[in-house]
Amino acid sequence: MKPSRRALVVAIALSVVVSACASGDSTSAPDNDTSVTVYSGRSEELVKDLFDEFTEETGIAVDARYGDSGELAALLLTEGSASPADVFFSQDAGALGAVEDNLAELPAATLSVVDPRFAATSGRWVGITGRVRVVVYNPDLAPAPPSSIDGLLDSRWKGKIGFAPTNASWQSFVTALRVLRGEAGAEKWLRAFAANDPVAFEKNSAVRDAVNTGEVALGLVNHYYLLEKIAAEGPAAVVAKNQFMDAGDVGGLVNVAGAGILANAQHDEAAQKFINFLQGETAARYFRTRTWEYVLAKGAAQPDGLPAFEQLNAPSIDLSDLKSLEATQELLQKVGLLTK
Amino acid sequence: MRAKRGSPTLTGLAFVSAAVSLVPLWYLGVQSFSKGLSPFLGEIFQWRTATLIVRSLVLTATVTAGSVLIGTFAAWVTALSGVRGRIALTIAFSLPLALPSYLSAFAWVSWLPGLSGFTGATIVLTFACYPYVMLPVAAAMSRLNPVHEDIARTMGRRQRDIMREIILPQVRRPIASGALLVALYALSDFGAVAAMRHEVFTWVIYGAYRAGFNPTRAATLSVVLVAAAVAITLVETFVRGRDYSASRGESERTRTARVSRKTYTVALAGSVAVLVPAIVVPVVNIVSWTGRSTTRDTEWAEVIGATSQSFLNGSITALVTLALALPVAWCAVRGMSSLARVPERLSYVTHSLPGIVVAISIVYVGIRVARPWYQQTPLLVFGQVIIFLPVMVASIRAAFEKTPRGLEEMAQTLGSDPFRTFVRVTLPIALPGLLAGSALTMLAAVKELPVTLLLRPTGMDTLSTKIWDFSTVSDYAAVGPFAVAMLLLAALPTALLGAMSAMKDTR
Repeated sequence: MKPSRRALVVAIALSVVVSACASGDSTSAPDNDTSVTVYSGRSEELVKDLFDEFTEETGIAVDARYGDSGELAALLLTEGSASPADVFFSQDAGALGAVEDNLAELPAATLSVVDPRFAATSGRWVGITGRVRVVVYNPDLAPAPPSSIDGLLDSRWKGKIGFAPTNASWQSFVTALRVLRGEAGAEKWLRAFAANDPVAFEKNSAVRDAVNTGEVALGLVNHYYLLEKIAAEGPAAVVAKNQFMDAGDVGGLVNVAGAGILANAQHDEAAQKFINFLQGETAARYFRTRTWEYVLAKGAAQPDGLPAFEQLNAPSIDLSDLKSLEATQELLQKVGLLTK
Repeated sequence: MRAKRGSPTLTGLAFVSAAVSLVPLWYLGVQSFSKGLSPFLGEIFQWRTATLIVRSLVLTATVTAGSVLIGTFAAWVTALSGVRGRIALTIAFSLPLALPSYLSAFAWVSWLPGLSGFTGATIVLTFACYPYVMLPVAAAMSRLNPVHEDIARTMGRRQRDIMREIILPQVRRPIASGALLVALYALSDFGAVAAMRHEVFTWVIYGAYRAGFNPTRAATLSVVLVAAAVAITLVETFVRGRDYSASRGESERTRTARVSRKTYTVALAGSVAVLVPAIVVPVVNIVSWTGRSTTRDTEWAEVIGATSQSFLNGSITALVTLALALPVAWCAVRGMSSLARVPERLSYVTHSLPGIVVAISIVYVGIRVARPWYQQTPLLVFGQVIIFLPVMVASIRAAFEKTPRGLEEMAQTLGSDPFRTFVRVTLPIALPGLLAGSALTMLAAVKELPVTLLLRPTGMDTLSTKIWDFSTVSDYAAVGPFAVAMLLLAALPTALLGAMSAMKDTR
């Protein structure tokens, strides 16, 4: 037995491990404000080009980490004060609310850009864009579509309404329903809705397509799905139309995507510039033409073919109340609208 | 003189590997008790928790049973039936390993929406998992000594009886170890059950992150999955039973290529019945997406870049996993004391955790003790190694079990110490098994999403992150090229797997 030989083999085995580990590129972020690290709950496909425009305008590089908003919130909470993130750009208000303690208070000038309904009460995050819940309808099958959620319960729509049970915006709507009508009221509406045999689809886009082809007459989606299809296939290919809800009807809920700056941000100046950029005209044009969302900055121009934002009269609701999504899922479960 | 088999060096290394795989438990312990014991207990002892555990276990049991049946059948077709083209068949049967469960689930449900629920989840997971049974069982079957079957045949036994009485008892161990991997996979999967809207335990864990924004709750609930994994691992220990075949040598003569018409029909019809739902349905759907309307053109440079990145990551992960798995598997098979089997059992414990929980726990540990490596390749590899260590250990263990002990004993009688015997005698014989395990691990690593998403270096794109990115915006036309690239990339290791089993024949 030769111990030295044994040691050699162990050493080789270990060096394989170590060298494999060390092969990762270790580009460290520069310390000055020439870059900003963004945790983006909005997907790369949706916002990457916008981030590039920011770099072009300011010379500040964007190191973006994309993921699900809720999972990124968990990531931020787990990293704590050691987080490399400077900005959290979230798909919804709930995830921003969850990390509120880790965020810095935003300057008044940033907050006052939007209506106070679309910023955190704590002043730690601000809404950037809004998506409105609508009923997308096929005019051949539904010449007079309902304009309130109670209208959806009419027996003439039995088996003719499409919805996406796992979609976050649908679930936000149900949360708003719970907040505005109470648990009992929400359950009553959901049970009546379930009794009307709505047709479940896996995605909002599938709901929209089913309405367009006439597979179902109505669909519960966000306003921009239709505009996305028109942009992709041309107006001739799209017969479906959007019905916006009556003033104050919970069916016309406005969900926001928003952003906040981490309290321990290393690049806080760049982070502030990034938020300013998201609120600025370049970003507004991007959202208008690429995501077809409403721009929340007061007085901003909106995407073509949409009713003015001020006319919408979304139900008045504190967006922080939309955090109780888990309770919503349990209720949907209970009435049999979530899973099979 | 009695040959000494234990090696303190290897046993020590095995415990190090096991400790690595248990890193997530550190996080789970700290996080789930962060609010004290009573909220922890309150979260776990709920009627809803119990219901979901039962739903998860029912799905896990169904998928495992289905995978054992299909996997054993597929192994028989490729290794014993004598049907021609076994390399092509093995590759075809292994291809489901290349499909992420969320992708094939979506392929199914977008084609047949009515399938969602338990039925759909069972179909997707069973056809995704059976290769984990097929590969070790086929390897074991091709090493069986045909003499026993010939004797039984001359005694007038029918093929069916030979299967039940002679072949199956000899492949019980590979079936058990494959079934263990399947069970833990089914327990931890989220992609398929999410697309199929079948609510199981992983739903509440993901829900705690995505809807509850509550990592503490997710960690608490994950402890339940760890407990389930321990229970399943113990069941497997019981089922695999006593050693039947480890002392047997390689088959002395090759199998005669006599294929009866009936065998041929059964093998062919069965293969079609397996391959259509496992491969044809998902692949045809995925390819058809490429024809859908999209707002963007495919950038082939992106596809190629992501493919090579996936290949690189997968290779590094496979290599490191192999290094860590070797001592664990060796101790499990050849260790003298009952202590030597402990690392192998331990390595399975965290395999039931959903990827997101492993990812968050690596974040927790990484940012505290390995800050310079945080969001760099080493920690990404580390996270994937934790997830795939059991896959590798299972493959290698099967290979070691088939290595004749007599040879090692002879080497030791001639004065070689246990460690040297391991390197000079055991490793070369087990090489095909090691390569197969590495190929399997690489496949799994290429598909992996949650750990890659949270731990990758900023700006790194792999096939799975690109597929995820486009599917979040429902751009399935853009998903198509990346999914096809993933299939093609996966054809490499699967071809290796196929060649591995074919090599056995010509030797």
